[in-house]
Amino acid sequence: MRHPLLSFVIQRAGSGLISLVVVSVLVFVGTAMLPGDAAQAILGQDATPQALSELRQELGLNDPLFLRYWNWVAGALQGDMGMSFSSKRPVVEVLIPRLTNSMILALSAAAIALPLAIGLGIIAALNRESLLDRMISMVSMWLVSIPAFLSGYILINIFSTRLGWFPGLAIIRSSATLADWANALALPVATLVFITIAHTMRLTRTAILSVMASDYILMAEIKGLSPRRIVLKHALPNALSPILSISMLTIASLMVGVVVVEAVFSYTGMGKLMVDAVAYRDLPLVQACGVCFSLVFILFNFAADFLSILVNPRLREPKA
Amino acid sequence: MSFLEIENLLVKAGDKTLLSNISVRMEKGEVLGLIGESGAGKSTLGLASIGFLRPGCRVASGEVRLMGQSLLAMSQEELRQLRQRKVAYVAQSAAAAFNPFYRLEDQVTELRALQKQVSRPERRDIACSLFERLQLPDPEKFCRKYPHQVSGGQLQRAMIAMALLNDPELIVFDEPTTALDVTTQMEVLRVIRHVISEQQCAAIYVSHDLAVISQISDRIVVLRNGEIVEQDETRRIIEQPAQDYTRALVAHRKVGEFAGQPPEANAVIEARSLDLGYGANKVVSNVDLQIACGEIVALVGESGSGKTTVARSIAGLLPPRAGTISMNGKKLADNIDHRADDIRRRIQFIHQLPDVALNPRQTVRTALSRPLRKFLKLSGPSLQDRLNALMDEVELSRELLDRYPGALSGGQKQRVCIARCLAAEPDILICDEVTSALDALVEDSILKLLWRLQQQRDIGILFITHNLGVTRRFAHSVVIMERGKIVEQGSTEDVFADPKQDYTKRLLASEPTTRRGWLDDQLAAKV
Repeated sequence: MRHPLLSFVIQRAGSGLISLVVVSVLVFVGTAMLPGDAAQAILGQDATPQALSELRQELGLNDPLFLRYWNWVAGALQGDMGMSFSSKRPVVEVLIPRLTNSMILALSAAAIALPLAIGLGIIAALNRESLLDRMISMVSMWLVSIPAFLSGYILINIFSTRLGWFPGLAIIRSSATLADWANALALPVATLVFITIAHTMRLTRTAILSVMASDYILMAEIKGLSPRRIVLKHALPNALSPILSISMLTIASLMVGVVVVEAVFSYTGMGKLMVDAVAYRDLPLVQACGVCFSLVFILFNFAADFLSILVNPRLREPKA
Repeated sequence: MSFLEIENLLVKAGDKTLLSNISVRMEKGEVLGLIGESGAGKSTLGLASIGFLRPGCRVASGEVRLMGQSLLAMSQEELRQLRQRKVAYVAQSAAAAFNPFYRLEDQVTELRALQKQVSRPERRDIACSLFERLQLPDPEKFCRKYPHQVSGGQLQRAMIAMALLNDPELIVFDEPTTALDVTTQMEVLRVIRHVISEQQCAAIYVSHDLAVISQISDRIVVLRNGEIVEQDETRRIIEQPAQDYTRALVAHRKVGEFAGQPPEANAVIEARSLDLGYGANKVVSNVDLQIACGEIVALVGESGSGKTTVARSIAGLLPPRAGTISMNGKKLADNIDHRADDIRRRIQFIHQLPDVALNPRQTVRTALSRPLRKFLKLSGPSLQDRLNALMDEVELSRELLDRYPGALSGGQKQRVCIARCLAAEPDILICDEVTSALDALVEDSILKLLWRLQQQRDIGILFITHNLGVTRRFAHSVVIMERGKIVEQGSTEDVFADPKQDYTKRLLASEPTTRRGWLDDQLAAKV
């Protein structure tokens, strides 16, 4: 028999691919249905009908939708996602640095938020119903309740305007050193940590508490193990599945869903790129962003499921 | 000074009293049996003897002294040290009590790794030698396995191995064989007996099964509602119980209560050459089965033998791969979706766990009204009259009609499930392990109820069970299944008096009795 992990990878890779195809069709058809087209966008509002129809002919816009989709996919597979109208540069060239920026921001935020949230969740679970538990819950709920644009500006007001510790705008120059990066990212990362910490913390707490109700935890107590060892060695590993799932989804949403934070700090990431692309009717760029977002989500979802299986012997090790 | 002295122990959880006025003594090398129904406080007392209270419980007064030391005066750290080194606990369900995340070798030797620096190969050697002592097959391989990769009986033995790690002075066995089949139970009992005599340690054996406990223990403490009913030397308790409650416990296994010959009637339900399975697994092959009016047919086998699968197929819940099911000579549709309401009405199913079978958000009245409305088209006052009559019939107070299942006891819930089936006025009642989740005396009352109803209404009952004692007392005829095949069938009397097949013989021999020396005889026969 095939190893369960291998069959899982094959199965999920297949269904991930199908999702990607469906999303790409939706994105392509969706953008094709928007008013105006590439010819209009290139020539502007004052273009003559004749010039428009000539350009359409030249760009292949009169071809059937199916053919255009096919050409688009074929191009994308070779790393060519068309030309961005607004910047007159290849879409891929525009996209890659922005994606890198987004990844840097998201991963830095995750690197701080996830360990912090999981640690706080464990502490809260260990001290269930205590003052400490309630404080952790309350503070993290406050932080998540404040909209990101507000907490972002509050942070700018305090740490940039008044104290002058960090810049209010996260603008990265090409010559930036690591220290420059850290300095520039401090406030946006803090904002992102605020909005993500509560979910992960509460989920960790719940997952550990539900495991703590198991018979094998009782057994560990009866064996005379210390509370610390029980939580860290016996409860936490069994609570990893849900914790890893939410961690992966948190990273994914940090990468694609932080438009507001990027706007507040004028950070040049993916979110801002897509908003701008829509505003300028830069359809090839919008399409590329859409596909890129869904790819990120599919990959991280896959990672979440894969890791869940990896940490669960019942799924990982064949029965017989 | 005795090895273990418990004096006037009072244990509470909130306002609820779990144990009161408990005084027990035991000597070194002695095996003390704790018997009682669920909720009697057996486990609480067993755990208190090794200085452990479940979360939320506290000792309100009294004293527990183990080897001269007061456990109640110890700090948490001292208690942990005691439980790590001197005492051990074997839990009821090894499948739940082993951490699914770790390999068996790591869990079994975990305490050793805490106490001093022991290298991994050394730990494996320790685990292997323990597993070897418990006669587990291929210890080297067994070490590397995860809990879900071994059978229930093996896991229970691994848990006993874990208990033996530090040569404890006292082991508490908490229903260690309750979740096992009789033949597996036999193996585990043999190991426990062996371990206790080899180890020269004291043991507390908790069980609701008087037969098992009478074979293992030197002295028995009978518990009820957190109090001691009586305690004495084992033979005295079995042979001359002093209290009514103990007498009822001892008596409940007597044969002959539900006497009767199988009725001479044509089969109502007939299953022919059934082949059944789920997905790629074939579970049951070539099963023939008949149930007549007024007949109780016991379908007996160990877990995984395919009993429930057969029942589900008769109820139309699992279409057979091959074979037919007919009622009064007419073939039934395989799938319940294609059976007429009248056919559905005639075949009713009672499940093992009433907790799961009753919707917790529906009152008893709602639950019972459904079949009355659907099958008998009753409404208004006639519906209410019928509801009252049903409650009377299953001996439940009419006041319970407006309760939710959560407010009922296990026995009451099962009575509601029976009433719900009776509401449909069935010809055939399929009872799937309906008493196995219940205590002995509650089980008895449910059997009496089923017996009376069956006599009054002339219903045919397919009674699925793994309990041979119940089968012998209750069923007219018996069908014994092993691994999806029928190995033997016939009238209960014949099969029990003169079993033809080896498997049946082994099954019958494994059923514990309170007879003196039964376990020793069985163990001697094995060797």
